[in-house]
Amino acid sequence: MAEKGTWTVKKGLAEMLKGGVIMDVTTPEQAKIAEEAGACAVMALERVPADIRAAGGVARMADPTVILRIMDAVTIPVMAKARIGHFVESQILEALGVDYIDESEVLTPADDKFHINKHDFKVPFVCGCRNLGEALRRIGEGAAMIRTKGEPGTGNVVEAVKHMRQVMGEIRWLQNLPEDELMTAAKNLVAPYDLVVEVHKTGKLPVVNFAAGGVATPADAALMMQLGSDGVFVGSGIFKSGDPAKRAKAIVSAVTHYNDAKVLAEVSKDLGEAMVGIEISTLSDAERMQERGW
Amino acid sequence: MIGVLALQGAFLEHQRMLKKCGVESVQIRKPDEMENIDGLIIPGGESTTITKLLIEYGLDKAILEKTAQGMPVFGTCAGLIVMAKNVANNNQISLGLMDINVQRNGFGRQVDSFEVDLPVDVLGAIPFPAVFIRAPFVESVKPNVGILAEYDKKIVMIRQGNFLGAAFHPELTDDLRVHLYFRQMVEDAKSAT
Repeated sequence: MAEKGTWTVKKGLAEMLKGGVIMDVTTPEQAKIAEEAGACAVMALERVPADIRAAGGVARMADPTVILRIMDAVTIPVMAKARIGHFVESQILEALGVDYIDESEVLTPADDKFHINKHDFKVPFVCGCRNLGEALRRIGEGAAMIRTKGEPGTGNVVEAVKHMRQVMGEIRWLQNLPEDELMTAAKNLVAPYDLVVEVHKTGKLPVVNFAAGGVATPADAALMMQLGSDGVFVGSGIFKSGDPAKRAKAIVSAVTHYNDAKVLAEVSKDLGEAMVGIEISTLSDAERMQERGW
Repeated sequence: MIGVLALQGAFLEHQRMLKKCGVESVQIRKPDEMENIDGLIIPGGESTTITKLLIEYGLDKAILEKTAQGMPVFGTCAGLIVMAKNVANNNQISLGLMDINVQRNGFGRQVDSFEVDLPVDVLGAIPFPAVFIRAPFVESVKPNVGILAEYDKKIVMIRQGNFLGAAFHPELTDDLRVHLYFRQMVEDAKSAT
């Protein structure tokens, strides 16, 4: 008998997204531009993170109409965001038939202590992290894909770099620990012991790991790939820039040819204005979306 | 040496399988990387993304030159779509190697993705653990195409001469039989020239 919603098919879709770019879109027209540029998936939103940041207030799941229109417009996978801990928003997104749910710190958290029990769903989830412990806690809850948090809506890649280096560094450290130190490592990381053992043995996360939060240029995207990302999310960076179609296409090429500086030089030419960036130190603690999540 | 198209998608998983089969592999992103390969695997991923990147860097022509000389090609999921002569609701044909009509996302969206034990006669009596992820299926084939497996009355694995296609993902399992079958195709093609 066929079995749906298994761990293999949840994790498997993320494997198919690897080496690709997932783009934030707010309209069917933008979704088509993204697909035409070679995006491997789109994230359907009412507002991109930069606008969420500017608007303030409580940010919630998008109106289902917006998501459905985007699902109708493209044949590539469509993701959508639910608030941290808001399992009913996730139930709604699953009922709409979205292909992946991002339990995202970009939206205002609905629960100040607990994340969604993602094992309860047939649709797969992606979650953000800043370090290995946070990544393994989310995987323990059932996330089938991980991304760095970075600092969304800033067009500033520094936090995504910090989080990717942190995760990769902790994996290398764990890999080299003797077996008898793994329980204490799990305690210190605040991570499930069985996943700590798995990372120690395999030297990699058990699921696909993308970069997100501040990627604005082809060079940013290739930087994240060279640091070990499996692929890249671009949120505000494309549709807040001067020439979205051209920039989107350039970032897709940059992720495929991330080790080929000649290609990177070629695709970085004449892209028009990049999105306006925000220096992280000018953000107050309350404005830092990466602090959301437990 | 077998090349694995590494533009986007699950190319590392295919390399892992080939290694287990004792076959050396190389990632292919540009035409000049194809010189020394005896076979090519086109992995799963997004077929629209892979098609655009194929054309952008002239890999489509390089692949067609090699296949004209008899190089075997194996495509999984998106790779199968890239190899088809006809794709429903899509006029962008990329390689057009196989005389088949393909329906993209033929089994539905991600919530309908599934695993099933699939009987495949050419692989022996034990069914193959097939993983279908937003998978396509083959609507129809010309008589020169052999049907190797069907599920739910839909064609999901085919062979046409040196070309092999599967709608599912053998690279996400630990079962080497499909890759060993393709290895044999590559060895046969080599000894024929």
